[in-house]
Amino acid sequence: MDVVNVAIVQTKPRKGKYRENLRDLRDVFSQTGADPVDLIVLPEAALTGYFLEGAVYELALDSDRFAADLAAAWLETNPGKDVDVVCGFYENCEGTYYNSAVYLEISGGKANVKHVHRKMFLPTYGVFDEERFLSRGRHLETFETRFGRMAMLICEDCWHAIVPTLAAVKGARILIVPSAAPGRGIDDGGELTSITRWRGILEAIAAEHGVYLLYAGLAGFEGGKGMTGSSRIVDPHGRTIVEAPALGAQIIRAPIDLREIDLARATLPLLGDLHAVLPDLLADEELPRR
Amino acid sequence: MKLPVIEPRRGDFTQAPAINPELTAQWLEAFLRDELIAGRSIERAVVGLSGGVDSAVTAYLCARALGAKNVYGVRMPFKHSSPSSLSDAHLVTEALGINESTIDITAAADGYLQFEPDADARRRGNVLARLRMLVLFDQSAKLGALPVGTGNKTERLLGYFTWHADDSPPVNPIGDLYKSQVWKLAEYLGVPQPLIEKAPSADLEANQTDEGDLGITYVKADAILSRILEGYTNDQLAGRGFDRSEVEIVRKRLDSTHWKRHLPTTAMLSNTAINEFYLRPVDF
Repeated sequence: MDVVNVAIVQTKPRKGKYRENLRDLRDVFSQTGADPVDLIVLPEAALTGYFLEGAVYELALDSDRFAADLAAAWLETNPGKDVDVVCGFYENCEGTYYNSAVYLEISGGKANVKHVHRKMFLPTYGVFDEERFLSRGRHLETFETRFGRMAMLICEDCWHAIVPTLAAVKGARILIVPSAAPGRGIDDGGELTSITRWRGILEAIAAEHGVYLLYAGLAGFEGGKGMTGSSRIVDPHGRTIVEAPALGAQIIRAPIDLREIDLARATLPLLGDLHAVLPDLLADEELPRR
Repeated sequence: MKLPVIEPRRGDFTQAPAINPELTAQWLEAFLRDELIAGRSIERAVVGLSGGVDSAVTAYLCARALGAKNVYGVRMPFKHSSPSSLSDAHLVTEALGINESTIDITAAADGYLQFEPDADARRRGNVLARLRMLVLFDQSAKLGALPVGTGNKTERLLGYFTWHADDSPPVNPIGDLYKSQVWKLAEYLGVPQPLIEKAPSADLEANQTDEGDLGITYVKADAILSRILEGYTNDQLAGRGFDRSEVEIVRKRLDSTHWKRHLPTTAMLSNTAINEFYLRPVDF
């Protein structure tokens, strides 16, 4: 398959109301399923809200249970239709809690969890307090899908250049980024400075490695902290091809042509160069060992 | 031969923080709609109108977010209040077309203060501020509305407010804006000029001004505060163009008022102490 129809759903969940938000998702699935769609991406903590503090222990779910809820919501509204869904959620794995995202393949009426990524970089500074409540993911894995090899990076995972770099080196051609980004910075141009920062990071990653970036941003205010939405699809040349506004629940959609990845990498073969040099870089004895 | 030398353009380190007022207004309108309507299912706001620029900006934002008919401006004069406070507040309600009411707090205040004839200006000011908050909460209960706060970041950081009075409304759109940013936002929103141009005052005594009380102008205090919050020391600030005595005024006020920016200190006795172990977000 050369062209993948992508829909990114920018949710604005009611805080902590998982069941109600899941019910709303049925309407969203009904809407997205009315047009051709192969892959639906939702934000970090898409159905609970992001800032949960201790309530994360009440709302975290086993990944299979969460995947089953997503699959049921899709199949009830789109019986017989195939789709892949990515969604961020708080995961309870036998009493250890993670900020996770699931990649779910729904095919032939059955759901298959292709991968669960556990957020590796848990922001715990300033307004953020993730590591007080959650454990770090320990693995960055790429995984095969019917649309090619992918990786999921959650929010701050993307702010460390080495993470998307390693994902690309390991073969990912599409990077999926569920995110929840509280906005700040009112002294600059026509948008919050944190949105500008995100755009720059995502476009730079896509251009450097020749990958598609599918960014799903959470929306809505949570206790005064406004999530900046701004969901976007960035092509492998580093161009944002569609972008949602910061505020409010939105859907953005676009067909993405996977052949563009090869074209971009042929034009700017930085990833190939990196493959050749990376072992030398990592063997550098000056790298800190702490 | 001399080559052209290009150096980075430097902003003035001693300037007060900038603001994009259009962007800020848009963000704060969304904030008010989300926090009141989506978060609390409340469509009405009560704003205490002092005749000053902070409450005027708050009223303007509420009117834009909720519609003028859903905003209730309450004027609460005391017998010693300046008549211009009342008339300036009316400029706001008139311009916006919001609801206006006037509740004189003199009888209520005197009802208590008659037993405390020696109370100094600070105590009397606190009594008036707490009475006004009592009125705002009760009016909100009557109207099915939410009191919306009008305290700016500068006065919050300097502790220049009455604890559990000015800071008590559950929602505040301008609490992360320095005073000088509020002025710029006021210009953008179209707040009547007399409110923007007049010297800020708590209006507790004749000719009292905030800047007279504080010993520094708001613009200078904002510049210093913003740099202190970024982590600069007094020596660094003095070395980069600030007046050391003004830096010390600001630092002293900031460091002596951290308690005013917190809830009451509660003795912790268990593994479930509220806000220490039992942690739930305000909107949960």
